[in-house]
Amino acid sequence: MGRIVLENVTKSFGETQVIPPLNLTIEDGEFAVFVGPSGCGKSTLLRLIAGLEETTSGQILIDGEDATQIPPSKRGLAMVFQSYALYPHMTVRKNIAFPLRMAKMDQSEIDKKVEGAAKILNLADYLEQKPGQLSGGQRQRVAIGRAIVREPAAFLFDEPLSNLDAALRVGMRLEISELHNRLETTMIYVTHDQVEAMTMANKIVVLRAGHIEQVGSPLDLYRTPRNLFVAGFIGSPKMNFIEGPEAEKHGAKTIGVRPEHITVSADTGPWSGRVGVSEHLGSDTFFHIHDTGLAETITVRADGEVGFKHGDTVHLTPRADVIHRFDAEGLRIA
Amino acid sequence: MAIVATTTKFSIYGRPVLAWIVGLIFFFPIFWLVLTSFKTDADAVKPEFLFFFTPTLDNYLNMTENYDYWRFATNSVITSVFATVFALAVGIPCAYAMAFNPSRATKDVLMWMLSTKMLPAAAVLYPMTFITKSIGLFDTHFMVILVLMLINLPIVIWMLFTYFKEIPKDIIEAGQMDGVSTWGEVKEILIPLAWGGIASTALLCFIFCWNEAYWTVRLTTTEAATLSKLIEGNRAPEGLFFGRLSAVSAAAVGPIVVLGWFCQKQLVQGLTFGAVK
Repeated sequence: MGRIVLENVTKSFGETQVIPPLNLTIEDGEFAVFVGPSGCGKSTLLRLIAGLEETTSGQILIDGEDATQIPPSKRGLAMVFQSYALYPHMTVRKNIAFPLRMAKMDQSEIDKKVEGAAKILNLADYLEQKPGQLSGGQRQRVAIGRAIVREPAAFLFDEPLSNLDAALRVGMRLEISELHNRLETTMIYVTHDQVEAMTMANKIVVLRAGHIEQVGSPLDLYRTPRNLFVAGFIGSPKMNFIEGPEAEKHGAKTIGVRPEHITVSADTGPWSGRVGVSEHLGSDTFFHIHDTGLAETITVRADGEVGFKHGDTVHLTPRADVIHRFDAEGLRIA
Repeated sequence: MAIVATTTKFSIYGRPVLAWIVGLIFFFPIFWLVLTSFKTDADAVKPEFLFFFTPTLDNYLNMTENYDYWRFATNSVITSVFATVFALAVGIPCAYAMAFNPSRATKDVLMWMLSTKMLPAAAVLYPMTFITKSIGLFDTHFMVILVLMLINLPIVIWMLFTYFKEIPKDIIEAGQMDGVSTWGEVKEILIPLAWGGIASTALLCFIFCWNEAYWTVRLTTTEAATLSKLIEGNRAPEGLFFGRLSAVSAAAVGPIVVLGWFCQKQLVQGLTFGAVK
């Protein structure tokens, strides 16, 4: 079981408050992702839950029990670090068995669990090797193995994939999601990568400067971002923001249109501009359109077969039903 | 810019020659000491017998028979070993705390520890002697061990701190998340990972303890006297008996030279402070 509740939690380093009073509930079995730009306090928040940082004020409840003063070793949570943090002097087997050995479990029981975890994570052939002999992806799997054998109340992941190359990252992303489906244990995952957040989470927590900007499912955040920050942060390529007369037409200070919600054509459309850089992904092409009189650049996501060239004049049509409107404070207008 | 390995005449011939010259200069006093220890006191002061003389073992026999060399040697071993063990027992937790849970005062504490090494020992000679005598600890193993441990503690803590600093904090935190107690962190993670550093620290501390003369000479008479005291005791009012003195000195430095020889690699690591991981 792993329901984690933060009540008015704050964290200060000396005089600087990095987490202002914050409330958050993560339900049992949820895959929650903390996402935000670097320095937004997402790792600090995770470390507060882990107990690796002392909470300045407020309460952290794990399954209804006040864990605020409980040391990390007694909270029953497992953590996977960005640097893997394997014990370099121990073999893979000993690394995975370590938390069980510390819990004074029977050797036969330990062996069984280690073998089981190794099988799930494709590590069976590497059990007698030292971490130094493994690749980055394998090391991260060992770190995950060390976490799962303990059957923790919740898993905490601190940017676990940032040290891996792009291809491996996609693979590991799937493996972790798969693991979550299989174990149904609460997972809290910290990342600065909104793609990881969107693809893995049940619940995304968008943070900026220690504040929670919005909490919701990936599609909630995509469809109804609460403010400009969330609107700009979630979605790739980034949402286009348009101010001025065009926005006023919609009764807003700023309007936002996602690149995938604009149609590009050679002859018809209310907006027009000149094609700058085109990014061809094969399936899709991102056109960066200039001289529209709306914003410096309007990004459009079109089918990969659409073939405009640099300098071509094109017309744009936004989809009227998915124009996001924001007021002068940057908040969404319902 | 790429570093290009250049082969010059100097690097082929010059460097080895220079290295040998430096080596010989450092080795010469030891060589002379050992040579002199096989001369009679009379021969030792005669320049014509510098290299050619009739060797004798009298000095060594005399030393073991009349001066109780083994008792001094045993005291040296006991005090150095225990002082080193206690220094590590205090130094490891201390360096651990400062390396992994530093506070704003950590730097100042380290500097303060080092500053105690800048105090001239003579400045506290009188109070130290007075106190040890008045509490009845003068010339006891306990006092010698305590003093040796305390004077070496700053350097032990500094060295261990430097080694511990090299261990990523994540690994210690992973241990905490894995349910390890504080003692478990030290035993299961810190000590195995910093083993090389701890060994070289221990070795250096042992050597410093063994070589210590200022306090061991002044705080002992017979019971807890170490080899330093034995050497010092061979100053006779009539003058210096170089043959005898050399034999005593050779026998005092011998064990530590042998130990150092076997542990060269560790020692170099210890002295180059954390440069080797």
